[in-house]
Amino acid sequence: MSKIKEKFAELERKNQKALISYIMAGFPNEKATISTVRGLVKGGIDIIELGFPFSDPLADGPVIQNASTVSLEKGTKINKFFTLVKKIRKETDIPLVLMTYTNILYHKGYSKFIRDAKKAGIDGLILPDMSIEESKEYVDAAKNNADTIFLISPNTSKKRIEKISKISTGFLYLVAVFGTTGINTGIKNYTLKAIKDVKKQTKGKIPIGVGFGVSTPEDVKKYINAGADAVIVGSAYLKLIEKTPQNKLESKIVSFTKSLKKHTILK
Amino acid sequence: MKYPKNGRFGEFGGKYIPETLVPAIEELEENYLKFKNDKNFKKELNYYLKVYAGRPTPLYYAKNLSEKLGGSKIYLKREDLLHGGAHKINNTLGQALLAKKMNKKRIIAETGAGQHGVATAMACAALGMKAEVYMGYKDTIRQKLNVFRMDLLGAKVHPVKSGSKTLKDAINEAIRDWITNVETTYYLLGSAVGPHPYPVMVRDFQSVIGEEIKVQMKKINNKAPDIVIACVGGGSNAIGTFYPLVDTDAEIIGVEAAGYGLKSKLHSATLSAGSKGVLHGMMTYLLQDEEGQIIETHSISAGLDYPGVGPEHSYYKDTKRIKYHSATDVEVIDAFLLLTRTEGIIPALESAHAIAEAIKVARKGKKSESIVVTLSGRGDKDVEEVQNYLNKNVKD
Repeated sequence: MSKIKEKFAELERKNQKALISYIMAGFPNEKATISTVRGLVKGGIDIIELGFPFSDPLADGPVIQNASTVSLEKGTKINKFFTLVKKIRKETDIPLVLMTYTNILYHKGYSKFIRDAKKAGIDGLILPDMSIEESKEYVDAAKNNADTIFLISPNTSKKRIEKISKISTGFLYLVAVFGTTGINTGIKNYTLKAIKDVKKQTKGKIPIGVGFGVSTPEDVKKYINAGADAVIVGSAYLKLIEKTPQNKLESKIVSFTKSLKKHTILK
Repeated sequence: MKYPKNGRFGEFGGKYIPETLVPAIEELEENYLKFKNDKNFKKELNYYLKVYAGRPTPLYYAKNLSEKLGGSKIYLKREDLLHGGAHKINNTLGQALLAKKMNKKRIIAETGAGQHGVATAMACAALGMKAEVYMGYKDTIRQKLNVFRMDLLGAKVHPVKSGSKTLKDAINEAIRDWITNVETTYYLLGSAVGPHPYPVMVRDFQSVIGEEIKVQMKKINNKAPDIVIACVGGGSNAIGTFYPLVDTDAEIIGVEAAGYGLKSKLHSATLSAGSKGVLHGMMTYLLQDEEGQIIETHSISAGLDYPGVGPEHSYYKDTKRIKYHSATDVEVIDAFLLLTRTEGIIPALESAHAIAEAIKVARKGKKSESIVVTLSGRGDKDVEEVQNYLNKNVKD
């Protein structure tokens, strides 16, 4: 069983839902990433998504675009990233998911990249521009090595959800809103409906994580109440990291994480 | 390849897109397949191409230029004479009409040099639709006349300040807009790039260029041209020129922007110097670093300043049906000046890349051979850029 699956099973036993954070590796520098991870773990995070920057992040809004640019300017490279993952692995065994764009894997070769990622301690992968039609080589390479977490959207047809949930492992990532990451337009009825519909359709075979524009404890509460198995908070973390000085970073991350996590603990 | 199965030209193409766009892409493909052979649609499009855009465009024998070079005969396919001043209108009329049939009220587009933005603004004005155009901030400066033209035509221009602030970033931003407004918006892509079905659809709308060349050359020589040349950025005028001629004996040459030279790394010659990768929804040749990050490109012409290329060109490169060469900024300026002075035709800097190659080929060629060059656009938009270049280089 993958680490991500184990985590969801453990949470179910504890009557909890999952809180997942997204942070950009190397933003604004490697030291900050290490402090943030420590803060996340202490604050009770369940899964961490680590972003690896791509020059053209077309599914991302301004906050993650900027974080990608800064990270690349600071010299983030694939090997350095894997070294960072190994460092994190020495401190915690929390599930780590790598989020980046298809070209980063394609260029290195799916098999080689995934092998290296697994060796470093990555448990799952998210590629927002990888559609299922083009995914065969990627999915084959990831089999028994890393979970392949695919995205669905409120406008995804039932037929496609059926197909996507078959090749998605770990969890299914439901994009909450029509838009890029970090756009908080408030909670939409169509999102709440989508959560219910997808839960009903997938019958608990795979956990549903809701992300994009999830930024406050109130958002977490509402999505969990609507039936989400996990919520993913990204841009809100990056904003906090950007404005917090290094010496206060870990404690600020702890308190923000705690404020989110408490809404995933069911009574 | 008539209609690429699974959207693939050999191994190139495909649709690497965020899931949110899948329903929109499926709707587009379904409608494109439905309308492309629809009699009324074709009739309406042909009407606009003829009386609004000015088709067919003439094939002009550049006698002065040919005689000066002393080799093969150069014929110019005068897409520069189209309404708006470039081949872009062939595609924007087709897609805008399709969008109208699909009941889409809001049109978005990206633009590099501004020619596609202007052509989109024109087609939308003519068909009564609203257009918004994303344009790299750097391009809004070097092509400010086109920004004003779009403004006059009633389109809203959004300068894009992310990344390299050129065409690739304008495409990123247009895609982000599309993801956000997917239910109301039609994305009118300007080149033969992007996720399937864009590359094939844009090719089909641009193929009118090559179809006309075929007929016109037959009248002149009673056969297909010996050599055909067009410039390649994303590659829409080139694929429109080449596709109807790939089954003939014509030698076909695409010309990329070599900028300061292929060794300088400051160029946009994707097929000549790139490697395979995934960008903007397609698998194709790209200019990227050893980590798969897209690198910044350079060309004197904003319209060729793009690190990717249409997937069908990648296919023809690998199958060796088409040769891909390149021209440096210096060669392009020389070609620009030579054509202007010998023929009284000011070419767009993009098209001047094709002219530069034609000059090289014609010089070495036989007098009995005919070369057709697609003059994809006129150069009025570029005169200030050329003036700056000449002032700077005279001083230097």
